[in-house]
Amino acid sequence: MPEQLAFTIEVFMNGLMAGVLYALVALGFVLIYKASGIFNYAQGVMALFAALTLVGIMEGQVPFSHLINAILGTEVHHFGWHVPAFLAIVLTMVVMIVLAYCVQRFVFRYLVGQEPIILFMATIGLAYFLEGVGDLMWGSEIKTLDVGLPQGINVWIDEFTFDATGYGFFIDNLDIVASIVAAILVIGLVMFAQYTKQGRAMRAVADDHQAALSVGVSLNFIWILVWSLAGFVALVAGIMWGAKSGVQFSLSLIALKALPVLMLGGFTSIPGAIVGGLIIGVGEKLFEFLIGAPFLGGATENWFAYMLALVFLVFRPQGLFGEKIIERV
Amino acid sequence: MERDSVKDQADSYVTDDGRTIGPTVMEMKNITLRFGGVEAIKDISFDIREGEIRAIIGPNGAGKSSMLNVISGFYVPQEGEVWYKGAQRPPMKPYQVAQQGIARTFQNIALFEGMSVLDNVMTGRLTQMKSGLLAQSLWKGKAEREEVENREIAEKVIDFLEIQAIRKTPVARLPYGLKKRVELARALAAEPTILLLDEPMAGMNVEEKEDMSRFILDVNDEFGTTIALIEHDMGVVMDLSDRVVVMDYGRKIGDGSPHDVRNNQEVIDAYLGVAHD
Repeated sequence: MPEQLAFTIEVFMNGLMAGVLYALVALGFVLIYKASGIFNYAQGVMALFAALTLVGIMEGQVPFSHLINAILGTEVHHFGWHVPAFLAIVLTMVVMIVLAYCVQRFVFRYLVGQEPIILFMATIGLAYFLEGVGDLMWGSEIKTLDVGLPQGINVWIDEFTFDATGYGFFIDNLDIVASIVAAILVIGLVMFAQYTKQGRAMRAVADDHQAALSVGVSLNFIWILVWSLAGFVALVAGIMWGAKSGVQFSLSLIALKALPVLMLGGFTSIPGAIVGGLIIGVGEKLFEFLIGAPFLGGATENWFAYMLALVFLVFRPQGLFGEKIIERV
Repeated sequence: MERDSVKDQADSYVTDDGRTIGPTVMEMKNITLRFGGVEAIKDISFDIREGEIRAIIGPNGAGKSSMLNVISGFYVPQEGEVWYKGAQRPPMKPYQVAQQGIARTFQNIALFEGMSVLDNVMTGRLTQMKSGLLAQSLWKGKAEREEVENREIAEKVIDFLEIQAIRKTPVARLPYGLKKRVELARALAAEPTILLLDEPMAGMNVEEKEDMSRFILDVNDEFGTTIALIEHDMGVVMDLSDRVVVMDYGRKIGDGSPHDVRNNQEVIDAYLGVAHD
């Protein structure tokens, strides 16, 4: 096999893996958008907040320690214990559910029936608020997140491809785990929406509020449920991104990469978020490798996704899987 | 064909066509509903008895739909009491009212347009689904049995309303008349104590109206469902209902059997207008 082709395939594979992470963030957007029509700008920050909380709990950090020390003049920073990863993940999920409840109770309950742009502005506010709270609670230094996921080159794939093609592929174990987790998550979410009572109620609310009320569905409960689910997806995304590149505040910027993913996949489709993520991941890596680096001086990964989204907006504004926009006259 | 008049005060009685009308299941006491300075409903009282078809009629803007919205919890009246199954009902959210066994349809149809007919009817079973979230994920057997039972009831309702042929069709593709029927099916699937129908025949042609009338009578006959319906068209109501409340400008101007109501001078005036001289 010629070297160039082998390289291309490797880049393609790595693109898929990167795409999975984009898809995870996009998934959180889709969940909330479908059920409540809110475009949740804070989804990326939620992933950051979840990762920060997870690290904080695992390390036994005292939340708001700077604040406490400044007011009381004490010097507490750590409880002095370490929480095992699994328990910490469960506790973090509890925090995300409490967050979901608060968001619904103190923000969106008062904004029911408002224009989408107002709801969107509220989520921008929420994003900055959450970023601030995350900073205040756990501090702003870059943290490493190690929940025991396998990391580094997958030796088996490396050897297998080397034997087969004479060139060993570099695929990160973490990316493989992320892909498997994402697949399970998506299947789980689809099963939940299709076959459970709450899933059915969720779809009902997504479709028509008045009708949902008339069949006995509490809108408030469903919205809290949906924000909790989005919190869960954010936690998973936060763990994966955090394990890959450390928990830092630039993590919230990955939310921006989810935007082109959504434009490609459609804002209302769970499979769309996945496929969109994969296309963007593969697209930007291949473009950089084949065209960007040799001819355009590189660094195309920063803008390729947005350009692709723009092209989609022109030719298929509802995305690949979005509901068709039909205006009846 | 007119239903016979009401035998007053008796706790339950049998109609001429052999249906048993039970005691009062819902009672509205001195309901007043205001929107700002406008009184949509002024001090109205009436009752609904078990197993009857109770109609609320009146000209446009009489407050009929507001009344239905009060019963189903979409509006909360400023004054008055709602009594349901012998107890006063505290102010409730619409979904809580639905969980208490009061199902409804809407004048402008509120269906889940993106779902199939079957899925829409299945949402009607939501109030009857008992297993919680955890039970559904962990204890699969019980949840599955429940799903099968709910599915059977939904299919029965679909058969009953003769919409088998469109079971899998997305609702958005259906014509208006069929949508109305699907909405009735969804409400019926909840096996409601009281079924509220908001202008079930609005916008239908004569044939569709006849179909719908037949279904309403059959539902009442077959399942013994108590039905409260709003209609605008006098003729249809007279044939269908056991007792009729007549509203005009938010006031109650008549209450009784179709025969009584038809001969009530105030009702005639409201519908035909009064000669001013």
